[in-house]
Amino acid sequence: MLNHFDPATQRVDWSRDYGTPAVKSDQQITLTIDGVAVTVPEGTSVLRAAALAGINIPKLCASDNLEAFGSCRICAVQIEGKRGTPASCTTSVAEGMAVTTQNDRLARLRRNIMELYISDHPLDCLTCPANGDCELQDVVGAVGLRDVRYGFTGENHLEAPVDDSNPYFSFDPSKCIVCSRCVRACEEVQGTFALTIEGRGFDSQVSASEGEPFMDSECVSCGACVQACPTSTLMEKSVIEQGQPEHSVITTCAYCGVGCSFKAEMKGDQLIRMVPYKGGDANHGHSCVKGRFAFGYATHKDRITEPMIRDHIDQPWRTVSWDEAIEFSADRLRAIQAIYGRESIGGITSSRCTNEETYLVQKLIRAAFGNNNTDTCARVCHSPTGYGLKATLGESAGTQTFDSVMHSDAIIVIGANPTDAHPVFASQMRRRLRQGAKLIVADPRHIDLLDTPHADPAIHLPLRPGTNVALVNALAHVVVAEGLEDTDFIARRCDTDGYRKWREFISDPQHSPEQMTSVTGVPAERVRAAARVFASAKNGAIYYGLGVTEHSQGSTMVMGIANLAMATGNLGREGVGVNPLRGQNNVQGSCDMGSFPHELPGYQHVADSVVRKRFESEWGVTLDNEPGLRIPNMFDSALAGRFKALYVQGEDIAQSDPNTQHVESALRALDCLIVQDIFLNETAKFAHVLLPGSTFLEKNGTFTNAERRINRVRKVMAPVAGKEDWEVTQLLSNALGYPMNYGHPSEIMDEIARLAPTFTGVSYAKLETEGSLQWPCNDQYPVGTPIMHVEDFPIGKGQFAITDYVATEERTNRSFPLLLTTGRILSQYNVGAQTRRTENAQWHGEDRLELHPEDAELRGIHEGDWVGISSRAGQTVLHAHITHRMPPGVVFTTFHHPGSGANVITTENSDWATNCPEYKVTAVQIEKVSQPSQWQAQFKAFDQQQKRYLNEQPQTDAI
Amino acid sequence: MMTPVKIYVPNDTTALSLEADEVALRIQQAATEQGVSIELVRNGSRGLCWLEPLVEVETSRDRLAFGPVSPDDVSDLVAAGLLTGQQTHPLALGDIELHPYLAKQQRLTFSRIGKTNPVSLEDYSRLGGWRGLEQALALTPQATVDEIINSGLRGRGGAAFPTGIKWQTVLDTSAQQKYIVCNADEGDSGTFADRLVMECDPYMLIEGMIIAGLAVGATQGYIYLRSEYPVAHDIMNEALARAYAAGYLGQKVGGSAHAFDLEVRLGAGAYICGEETSLLESLEGKRGMVRFKPPLPAIEGLFGLPTVVNNVLSLAAVPFILDKGAAAYADYGMGRSRGTLALQLAGNVKQGGLVERAFGLTLRELMEDFGGGTLTGRPLKAVQVGGPLGAYLPASQWDAPLDYEGYAEFGGVVGHGGVVMFDDTVNLGEQARFAMEFCAEESCGKCTPCRIGSIRGVEVIDRIRAGTESDQNLELLSDLCETMVDGSLCAMGGMTPIPVQSILTHFPEDLAAPAFKPSSATGAKFHA
Repeated sequence: MLNHFDPATQRVDWSRDYGTPAVKSDQQITLTIDGVAVTVPEGTSVLRAAALAGINIPKLCASDNLEAFGSCRICAVQIEGKRGTPASCTTSVAEGMAVTTQNDRLARLRRNIMELYISDHPLDCLTCPANGDCELQDVVGAVGLRDVRYGFTGENHLEAPVDDSNPYFSFDPSKCIVCSRCVRACEEVQGTFALTIEGRGFDSQVSASEGEPFMDSECVSCGACVQACPTSTLMEKSVIEQGQPEHSVITTCAYCGVGCSFKAEMKGDQLIRMVPYKGGDANHGHSCVKGRFAFGYATHKDRITEPMIRDHIDQPWRTVSWDEAIEFSADRLRAIQAIYGRESIGGITSSRCTNEETYLVQKLIRAAFGNNNTDTCARVCHSPTGYGLKATLGESAGTQTFDSVMHSDAIIVIGANPTDAHPVFASQMRRRLRQGAKLIVADPRHIDLLDTPHADPAIHLPLRPGTNVALVNALAHVVVAEGLEDTDFIARRCDTDGYRKWREFISDPQHSPEQMTSVTGVPAERVRAAARVFASAKNGAIYYGLGVTEHSQGSTMVMGIANLAMATGNLGREGVGVNPLRGQNNVQGSCDMGSFPHELPGYQHVADSVVRKRFESEWGVTLDNEPGLRIPNMFDSALAGRFKALYVQGEDIAQSDPNTQHVESALRALDCLIVQDIFLNETAKFAHVLLPGSTFLEKNGTFTNAERRINRVRKVMAPVAGKEDWEVTQLLSNALGYPMNYGHPSEIMDEIARLAPTFTGVSYAKLETEGSLQWPCNDQYPVGTPIMHVEDFPIGKGQFAITDYVATEERTNRSFPLLLTTGRILSQYNVGAQTRRTENAQWHGEDRLELHPEDAELRGIHEGDWVGISSRAGQTVLHAHITHRMPPGVVFTTFHHPGSGANVITTENSDWATNCPEYKVTAVQIEKVSQPSQWQAQFKAFDQQQKRYLNEQPQTDAI
Repeated sequence: MMTPVKIYVPNDTTALSLEADEVALRIQQAATEQGVSIELVRNGSRGLCWLEPLVEVETSRDRLAFGPVSPDDVSDLVAAGLLTGQQTHPLALGDIELHPYLAKQQRLTFSRIGKTNPVSLEDYSRLGGWRGLEQALALTPQATVDEIINSGLRGRGGAAFPTGIKWQTVLDTSAQQKYIVCNADEGDSGTFADRLVMECDPYMLIEGMIIAGLAVGATQGYIYLRSEYPVAHDIMNEALARAYAAGYLGQKVGGSAHAFDLEVRLGAGAYICGEETSLLESLEGKRGMVRFKPPLPAIEGLFGLPTVVNNVLSLAAVPFILDKGAAAYADYGMGRSRGTLALQLAGNVKQGGLVERAFGLTLRELMEDFGGGTLTGRPLKAVQVGGPLGAYLPASQWDAPLDYEGYAEFGGVVGHGGVVMFDDTVNLGEQARFAMEFCAEESCGKCTPCRIGSIRGVEVIDRIRAGTESDQNLELLSDLCETMVDGSLCAMGGMTPIPVQSILTHFPEDLAAPAFKPSSATGAKFHA
């Protein structure tokens, strides 16, 4: 025996492929491989055991993110006392097993198999895009194939035509070795089942849907197949065009709140491709079409590359130096405060920028502006989550890790569309559904999750928009009425008085599914079935999105969800919990960082003098003890002439906020609008100062995802305008006379750790060693807290909340008989500023109005017709898309294109507690029209004018 | 009034393909014309294929046979007194059960075939049906499994794995649901025994599957039937419907507290779906692709649950074993091959048909005594036993007793008992090519040695036969065979080299370029 290798003591090297997935087992097995004793968990494959011991058995069809398949036969080994040459990927370890991985017989077998492969493979290695990154090439080299005795005149696939239909990758079947890794990745990793093998025997070939071009197939371009391909069959076009990358940097995706880790693969400062990082704690090596491919916006010609200023918005922009732009801004802000008072200015932090940048903007406002007029786009998405969860569970955040879903037995998804908006997490959830977890979906639309392949039939509760609280009350009513409560959990963990009151409230027959049917439109029996499935599951988890929060009762609904979780004992362990799915990459972070007017970083109220004192001593200023203005208040104050200047970093309020015409009027009323963004966004068209922003690729920092995971963002290229966003904020602060002297974002994080109790233990050094950290991270939880509320709640006992259903004022009537609800689509992200400037536009070139065939029929609307949509707030025009996905009476659109004017129609109704707009319910009427709306015509003219101002600016030296 | 004469005209696939329906029609017409009252029974085949359609006439005295009867023979036969059982016509065969072809057999499994209307429950009971089930209902599951273990029954699909051990594994694996799956995807060249069971004695298979279900605790069975057997499909479905109606299937099997449901599922024409793991994939509604083993289907089979996958013949042997006892079955056979083997004589043979005999028979006895030599009358050259993946056996191996171990010793394959005979006009080089071609056609395409190797095998053999660098290509062929044997995922790729290697060993001259061969003699060539 040479030595003993115990992989348990080794850290996983994410750059290696161990052949088969890791197996968890309490039972450890010791075997010898080539004389080396190896100890691994029971159930581990021989291939993986060998790889862990540093013994590399050649392989082609095996990959450690896919179940063993056993088709290439290259990983054959010999096992003492066993017949033949079994594949090591499909052979599990056994105690005392003695494995030989290299001998003459195996060498001959492998060489002969490789000879077969190469007899049907082009010999263009030198000019092949995979040259240097090809597993087939590696294995051919490893087995020492020197001659292909079969020749190349036999039957082959060398002339198979390339499918170039997908904008991001090409499919060249002539290079295919039919290892099925792409097919398996599509099934096991992504869960879409778009790929298959068509034909049999030698005719076997990879096929998208039923022999369709990739672009026309069910493929969602997640890239899992491209990543899985061991050859250049499925290959990024960027690599085909530019060649292999030469170095890489691990960073975090700047799209949705999943926070996927990526390897940015570079050539100098050119980004060649983004490859999902296997060591990423949120995504484990998976990705979606946005993070994987849609990064071209970073180098798009529309990027703002120089600071610009102007006196009035009907003037062309003037390109100036950073110094001039900053001085111009500071002068204006000071002047306005001098005339209109300290409270007359404010700022909006970004949920797309880093924690450090967000922290700095709110610090600028509180310390340099001297007021609390700070808010963030979370106002319009997840502010009710913060409010509702803090009130019931004591912390403004989701309770679980994403991985927790793998322990769930019943999953409720309310007002979220994970396959479109959080695709990587949706894939994980679908994996669990394929394993047998039960799914309940509360959504007016028939979302794709309901059609998860190979899952049990789901329960769909297609409720009427605006009736969430009625539904969650009905679910809770069934739990209580049918004795399905977890009385032990309630007794141990929840406030008894509050529970008693709630129980009395919810037991009232008015909350029964039967009574609520007329409100929600959901059959009572289905609600009862859902409640039973959820309450009787060992582990029940609730996931929700903006379909919960963006309502007049958004906060009530969040509390209703918390009630349901507490009543069924589904908190404080793996597989359960209340899980808000955050829309933007750093919504959680921007909230954590004190962006709200009433809270300092770490959700510490500004009225708390002890808290304020700590900040005052760290910051060296006196802080206002009154909460400042929320975004809608800023608009109202601007229109009232009291609010005159606004600093907006990385948010497009003119497109994303409701009642666009109201927002536009407010912006026009400002004397100084400073916009810091990577593009001339809709808000920037009303601005006086345009400060170039930097993309996530151009800076260092951290993002915090929906599971409270703090991930590092690492700079892979220089900012196009020379400055990272935090540097710009710092310049502005210094110009305003409040000194900031950070040399690196890590210093900002150190300051955050000193001030926010939940971040005490966070530092860049620790992030380097741990990879990521889930807050709270402090002395009590030095490496973070994956699952919250295990022992108790931050407020001690869980608080049940009384959640009376109050119908929204936004009701249908004769004039507005339909309800409009809004949402996202897979290929586009939020206001679309990034994704519209990528090839993703090929999937979704415009926002369309989805409606049920019945509603279309009634109005004589056909597929593709222009339809005018009118609400109490405004009017816009979109093309119609008729689909059974919608229930009758409800219409839907996305808001990815500014010219669509989706928010021209949405109203100013908002959540009673947080002012989060009621985007999800707008009463509308629709009719067939022949042209865009008046607003759209104005928008177009204004847009063209502003773009001219950008391009036809006067020469600086002329001024 | 006299009891009407019973006239039997088989309705199995063989007889039907030889116009049995027309024969029956003409007999009925003749009887009507003559005013003779007859009872026309559509029975199964007795497995004497060369005599089909084999018409039998049962009078109060005896039951006498005529065959092979073509529609045009009917008027002559009637004129010669067919309807009264006269035996003067040249096609008269006397009592068929005394025919040496039948008399010399040891029919344990096929004891009933051809005697009656296959879907008549009454006939089945009268001829000893359901007795095995009665026994099983009285036994514990373990006792039933023990019977099968003690009988020595081994899988008749080809792998020869001890059936009782497989059942034991399923019995010992606890699960909410278990399955009995009957592999009726009979795809080997020259085989038809499964079909005869299903078309001529379907209740025997049903009974065997119910017993298997009781033994291992499975309540659901599936018969995976090849789509090329439409007659078997109809007959099985009719039998299933009647068995349900009579209470043999359903919630209370035979009035007991046990449940067993059974249905037929049709394949879609892939040979590979006769491989048990591909069969399970196909049965699950997926593409017929081979799974790696372990896990064994007995532990993770259909839908990932414990599953008995048995061939039709294995399950058909079960009622006899339960009825007469393990010892009665084990008394037959030799060595570790116990019981009887259903051999199916086909190819270039004079008297093709089903021969059920205890293990130990020799090929020579089978081909000469039963088969009567070749149909062409030319000398026999080679015989392929065990389907398309079986070896071509030269004369020197025809005297070896047929048993699993003995055959394995010289590279022979008993398989499913298919025996395909070739006369001296066969070019075995062409057969070697066919072996690879068959694999190329039927490979599921999962593993590389089979997917690419088979097509390369065809090409290499073509080059050898064309005389192109013969030595190098013969070496390459031999390497390829080794790669396929060692590297393939399942028996399809792993056994394809067997016929090729047997030809390389025993008939190397046939692999030489045709220029060196005398021009081929006239006469039929029989591809397996």
